[in-house]
Amino acid sequence: MDWLNAGVQGVLLGGQYALLACGLSLIFGVMRIVNLAHGVLAVLAAYLSLVLVQRGLPLWLAVVVVVPVFAALGYAMQRGLFNPALAQVGGSDRSTSRSASRSASRSAGELAPLLVSFGVAVALTNLLQEVFSADTRKIPTGGLASAGVPLGELSVGVLPLITLAVAVAVIALVQLFLARTATGRAMRAVADDAGAAAMMGVDPKHMYAVATALAFATLALAGVFVGMSTQFSPGYGELVLLFAFEAVIIGGLGSLWGTLAGGVVLGLAQTIGAQIDPQSGVLAGHLVFLAVLVVRPGGLMPRSVPA
Amino acid sequence: MTGPTPPATPPTTAPTVTRGGRGSWAGGGAMLLVVVLLAAVVPYAVTLGALSSLVMLFALVILGTTWNLLAGYGGMVSVGQQAYVGVGGYALIQLADAVGAPPWAAVLAAGLVGAAIALPTSYLVFRLAGGYFAIGTWVVAEVFRLVTMQIDGLGGGAGLSLSAFRGTDPVERVAFVYWFALALMVAVVLGTCLLMRSRVGLGLTAIRDDRVAASSLGVAVDRGRRLVYVAGSAGAALAGALIALSTLGVTPGSIYSVNWTAAMIFIVVVGGIGTIEGPIVGAVLYWVLQQALAPLGTWYLVVLGAVAVAVVLLAPRGLWGLAPARFELFPLTHHVRRPAVGATAPPVTGR
Repeated sequence: MDWLNAGVQGVLLGGQYALLACGLSLIFGVMRIVNLAHGVLAVLAAYLSLVLVQRGLPLWLAVVVVVPVFAALGYAMQRGLFNPALAQVGGSDRSTSRSASRSASRSAGELAPLLVSFGVAVALTNLLQEVFSADTRKIPTGGLASAGVPLGELSVGVLPLITLAVAVAVIALVQLFLARTATGRAMRAVADDAGAAAMMGVDPKHMYAVATALAFATLALAGVFVGMSTQFSPGYGELVLLFAFEAVIIGGLGSLWGTLAGGVVLGLAQTIGAQIDPQSGVLAGHLVFLAVLVVRPGGLMPRSVPA
Repeated sequence: MTGPTPPATPPTTAPTVTRGGRGSWAGGGAMLLVVVLLAAVVPYAVTLGALSSLVMLFALVILGTTWNLLAGYGGMVSVGQQAYVGVGGYALIQLADAVGAPPWAAVLAAGLVGAAIALPTSYLVFRLAGGYFAIGTWVVAEVFRLVTMQIDGLGGGAGLSLSAFRGTDPVERVAFVYWFALALMVAVVLGTCLLMRSRVGLGLTAIRDDRVAASSLGVAVDRGRRLVYVAGSAGAALAGALIALSTLGVTPGSIYSVNWTAAMIFIVVVGGIGTIEGPIVGAVLYWVLQQALAPLGTWYLVVLGAVAVAVVLLAPRGLWGLAPARFELFPLTHHVRRPAVGATAPPVTGR
């Protein structure tokens, strides 16, 4: 009975991880940037909606405010920070200084955006700690977080069910957007070959910023769900980043549905691990991730959909 | 080691390749002077607390130098080097207290333990590339921390404290740790410099610049990267052991903290990535900022993060990159002179 319960909870938890991972996967898929600030940005979204709810806004209205704010933040961050960092690869070929080979190298191309995002993560985490202290918080949901529906002998939480449904819906919508709309096609073109896409009249810088805006919108949504279901603190962003990343890798790079499967596998590993030893849930998740890396480095569903 | 390499009597048409030069002699002399001052004058001029804080500076130089080996020369951005800082700290305490090794031997052995753990780990994390390598190493560091906390013999969540120095006079203890840390820092920096001057180092530079081209020219890419990962991790373990030796204890939360890697990244990026001098400059700056901003609590980390972002975007070669190219304290760059007909062509430099 306990095991069945752990299994159901694990699948539902997987929905939350998949929702978190969606934005990470999208940004990597389009520009090959790994955003190390992903986790703390989700936590920032949680704090922002917490503040709005405390000011008396209903929760749904807080979400309606926070998601577009984050989309705008994503567009601005891409334009202001990540695009200049990406540009360092191409621009440095002309440099004739002693460091020409250093900065023109391909590793430097991956390096700059990665370091920028890490700097943002460190600064933002500690800024949140100064503003909100290290105490754990939770977004009040008016009983939603504790409500459950009976399923046989089990009780399934309403909030995790909603989270899973939202995750599936978001992934389906992003997939549809990439496959069916003109902007989505342009985004895939830029991901494949930014230079060729630019010759066809697509502005890669704008496309990158749109992709990041979309990713940040899903990330904000995920952050609000995390804030409703979990006790969070500024440092929680670190775990959020690791969980989202593990979901992406377990599922397989470049596949959004794979990410959903990866999130579910990770959620199951954590709840079943916690069932064996309450202290070891997170560790079990990490170990399953490492095992997948050894046995199936491509993930469960490698590259089924270009994204 | 600071001498210019004599060119192998080239025919008149071939370019001559030299390394080092007057700048390196002067720089090397200046650094020797600084080391002598640190060893012979400073310990008698400052307080015990200041000496302890200088030990932290030496540890930071080691951390920066070895992270630079990974990222600047190996092209591998690891966000999980705190794994080896932690391993080094715990190994030191176990070796000194449980095994009973003398502290200096325990520190060196802790470095070896770090290397021994890094070797199998490299097979795991090398399955990931680029940014995913970065987060993958972070996961590994979390696994190390969580596993350490599960082992009762390692003190669980409370950590361990070092008792090998019990009964030793504090002045004697701090002086020993100080001189030992200074010697270790000099050894690590010189060792890195020698490694980069060797044939292996040349291969590493080629790997960093273009992995595929290096491989096609016969550079053993995987072996080179593995060597760098193991050496860099051993350095982090040495630094971790020094930190534990200086603070007389470890807790899993602090010794495995990702803030160690944040410090390494700041030191290398702000100092100047891909140079030997950069991490030294960066470590001094980090240490000064940390001392100056300590009363402000975690604000200094906010400042550090913002400064790192600004440097990456505005001065990607770091502070050392702003210095003129002829200042090169460590002779690594090859200077190529083409003997043109009539006039001498301007020298071409490359790393």
